[in-house]
Amino acid sequence: MTATGGEDRAIRRAVRRRSRLPTILGVAGLVIVGALVVTAVFAPWLAPYDPTERIARPFLFPSAEHPLGTNDVGHDLLSEIIFGSRVSLMVGLVAATVALLIGTTVGVIAGYYPKRLGSTLMRGVDVILILPFLPLLIVLAAYLGRSLLNTILVIGLLIWAEPARIIRSQVLSLRSREYVLAARSMGAPDRWTILRHIVPRTALLATGSFVRAVSGAILLEAALSFLGLGDPIQKSWGSTLYWAQTRGAFLTPAWKWWVLPPGLLIMLASLGFALIAFSLEERINPRL
Amino acid sequence: MTTRTAVAGRGYPREGASGEPNLLEIENLMVRFELPAETVRAVSGVSLSVAPSETFALVGESGSGKSVSMLSVMGLLPSPPAVVSGSIRLEGREVLGMPGRLLRRFRGRDVAMVFQEPMSSLNPVHRVGRQIGESLRIHRGVARSEARRQAIHLLDRVGIPSASIRVDDYPHEFSGGMRQRAMIAMALACDPKLLIADEPTTALDVTVQAQIVDLVRELQAEYRLAVVWITHDLGVVAEIADRVAVMYAGRILETGQASDLYRATRHPYTSGLLRSIPRLDRSVTTRLAEIPGAPVRVVSELAACPFDDRCPLAADGCQDALPELEAVGPEGHSSACIHHHEMGSASSLWPEGTAAGRQDSEEQPGDVVVSIRDLRVHFPIIRGMRESRKRAIRAVDGVSLDVVRGKTLGIVGESGCGKTTLGRAMVALVRPTGGTIEINGEPINHRSGRHRKVVQMIFQDPFSAMNPGMRVSDVIAEPLRIHRLADAGTARERVSELLTQVGLPPDSGGRYPHEFSGGQRQRIAVARALAADPEVVVCDEPVSSLDVSVQAQVINLLADLQARTGMAMVFIAHDLAVVRHVSHEVGVMYLGEIVEKAPRDQLYEDPLHPYTKALLEAVPVPEPDYDASQRTRLVGDVPSPADPPAGCRFHTRCPVAVEGLCSTVKPALEEVTPGRWVSCHLVSPPAG
Ligand SMILES: Nc1ncnc2c1ncn2[C@@H]1O[C@H](COP(=O)(O)OP(=O)(O)OP(=O)(O)O)[C@@H](O)[C@H]1O
Ligand code: SF4
Ligand code: SF4
Ligand SMILES: [Mg+2]
Repeated sequence: MTATGGEDRAIRRAVRRRSRLPTILGVAGLVIVGALVVTAVFAPWLAPYDPTERIARPFLFPSAEHPLGTNDVGHDLLSEIIFGSRVSLMVGLVAATVALLIGTTVGVIAGYYPKRLGSTLMRGVDVILILPFLPLLIVLAAYLGRSLLNTILVIGLLIWAEPARIIRSQVLSLRSREYVLAARSMGAPDRWTILRHIVPRTALLATGSFVRAVSGAILLEAALSFLGLGDPIQKSWGSTLYWAQTRGAFLTPAWKWWVLPPGLLIMLASLGFALIAFSLEERINPRL
Repeated sequence: MTTRTAVAGRGYPREGASGEPNLLEIENLMVRFELPAETVRAVSGVSLSVAPSETFALVGESGSGKSVSMLSVMGLLPSPPAVVSGSIRLEGREVLGMPGRLLRRFRGRDVAMVFQEPMSSLNPVHRVGRQIGESLRIHRGVARSEARRQAIHLLDRVGIPSASIRVDDYPHEFSGGMRQRAMIAMALACDPKLLIADEPTTALDVTVQAQIVDLVRELQAEYRLAVVWITHDLGVVAEIADRVAVMYAGRILETGQASDLYRATRHPYTSGLLRSIPRLDRSVTTRLAEIPGAPVRVVSELAACPFDDRCPLAADGCQDALPELEAVGPEGHSSACIHHHEMGSASSLWPEGTAAGRQDSEEQPGDVVVSIRDLRVHFPIIRGMRESRKRAIRAVDGVSLDVVRGKTLGIVGESGCGKTTLGRAMVALVRPTGGTIEINGEPINHRSGRHRKVVQMIFQDPFSAMNPGMRVSDVIAEPLRIHRLADAGTARERVSELLTQVGLPPDSGGRYPHEFSGGQRQRIAVARALAADPEVVVCDEPVSSLDVSVQAQVINLLADLQARTGMAMVFIAHDLAVVRHVSHEVGVMYLGEIVEKAPRDQLYEDPLHPYTKALLEAVPVPEPDYDASQRTRLVGDVPSPADPPAGCRFHTRCPVAVEGLCSTVKPALEEVTPGRWVSCHLVSPPAG
């Protein structure tokens, strides 16, 4: 009692301090993501100009009318970046959804049938996890052609493996829970057990890996667009960077308003989701 | 965090009954846990004393505060949340508020504790001998080589075979019984004056429990050790204790010499407990006496008798004040019941009601619902990535059984003998390696799925067997939905009907399983098992996770339901008395095989197989002064089912094994008399 009281209190304080950090980071992530979502939703009202219209001379330096200047064809860069949030977020969310659907399906099946089917599936997952990411992404995107749908599909197909792995390990432990055994002992077919007792219990974990996948997908979309493999019609942050690169903005003073803002936004968006994911995961499994 | 309300200066121990000064004196101990949500009062005013070389049993149900009382003696309660007050004196020295350094020394040296789960108190990465040696070196300052020598001696003393070799084993290489022995050896290492054993045998099989009880008794005489034995099992108490205190809701309700407590019980709770446990030394009654309700959890200061809501004697005055212990008999026998003089006989206080027409075993056999033939379930041993084909755990190895409509088939055996696997094979949770299971004459598919409606199962721990996110109504309706037996409206009706049948309020379906007590949860589990109108219910240790006072309720419920629905039951348990109470026929399993199968009364009155005999003799009788000296004790533990002994599987432990025969030739399971099957060379069927 008295002997260990002091130590106990110290530990408890440390635990409390540790447990406050994820919450703070999570709130920060929410603020960032919230701001981006608001920007994306209200882009037409927030943006001063139509980003697809030539409203001024090309290569203008920043001014009161054009806070970030104009690009090589005379589009307002600020407006372009504001509208770019729509594409980035959309690709991020949809690709992550695709990844989650595939990942959950594979993870649940592999976890529920861990023997032959499961180990075969997991071998496939391992292969995808090992594959060099970017080259594969480039090859796939180049092969499929440049469109928004293809970008989403390619990203989704590449990032489902991590959620699959996480969900499988959860399912492996769930399937030997006694209430799952109880359902099977009642005569429940596998589909019943999976849908009623397994999938709902993975929801929390799935949410965490979904948010993390969004964060990754945003980065990958930017990378693809920057390489010129994105949809040429859609103005995303990545494609702004692509045009900045091809027009040599990286080497001129224009990098400060043409390259830096979209670059920072990509980072911020990805970070925002990553922070939320971190705090969620901490909550699900605080010992990590 | 420790407040000390003890009277300082009263330094010298008072004298115990034996004339010697008491070793341990606890006075008005209070322990509360200040949790964020509420304050749990785990111990509310416990006073007791233990004399040198005495065995004192602290009996109570889960949550009664028996562990917490003794943990405060050891100074092992986490603080916060624990707040301890009162006085605890060991040889006259106040322990509460003792500085940490002193406390630690006293903890290893004067008082040692043995816990229920030895694995959690042994360090898995250190060799057993080293752990014992370390304790010797810290507390007695012996040299390293000497410590090892003494460790071997101690291991040998607690009955570890070939101790000089096993001393270098790791804890996981020991069986459960051996680990408990090693823990006892470690506790003895420093020659303590007081040994506190917290449910030391609860996790063990009866045969091993009997060995440990014998061992502690011997050691006690040898080392002049005082023992505080914490348990919920009144049988063990009668075997070992000199004096007993019965705890409930953090209070001692009755205390005294074991014989007085058992024979001249003066508290309704004690007598209820004694009446509600099924016993081997009494004839089987139709229905056990049961204590209604469930144990309370004390969150505010007690101001009335805590047993009031469950007590048949409760009357005026019980609510008015907290009854204190008062002397009711010789030698310190006291009871905390204001109406103790009105108790009368236990049987009138706790009548054994008669069941709703429970049929007994005399009538002709009914038809067979489930027929199991030569069933084998082997689990491959997985090493690394590959399963080895040759080595397998033979959990069930050639079992044939019939389950008869309206009857209960009991399955008993020690842990690891394959009882649970057998039950699970019947509900398709494990796939047999060989043999057949026929339901109503039709061989069944071994995959799980809708075809298995007729056999349902009840699990040991009702809580983990229910999805915590589902409401009780959904839990119970699940079989209906799986087998598409009802639409939404009829399902709701059926659920409240089932809830009523199992004795729960019909409107409790909207709540979640965690809002119920253990016994109520098991009722919910029973309701769920009955929902699909099964013909057979497999009950796997259905009462062993329940509080003693609640077990009788569930046993009676199952019997009533069987009488009403005519379902067959397979009742799997390690408790022979419970199995005897509920079964019509009993099968005894050992290492995956049935070694004896007989109608209940034949089996219990005249066990033929040496293993059955040993099992029955190992069961403690809740009767003090029962002469246990005539018993044969089984030696050793159950061998590993991965490579069972050749010949008769029991020959390694059989007290009457025939040299040369039993270790080589496997006895067949043969019908000795009609309906009675035994597999032993010494029991042969009548010639012809
Ligand atoms: N560390 C703790 N924190 C909060 N409450 C506790 C703690 N330890 C015990 N309790 C509570 O104290 C009460 C008494 O517990 P205790 O362990 O003494 O019961 P017990 O009689 O030993 O039961 P069991 O048979 O389950 O071991 C219970 O209500 C329990 O929940
Ligand atoms: S005091 Fe009253 S309620 Fe308590 S045990 Fe005695 S008769 Fe029952
Ligand atoms: S066959 Fe031999 S070893 Fe087996 S139980 Fe009979 S006497 Fe004992
Ligand atoms: Mg306990």
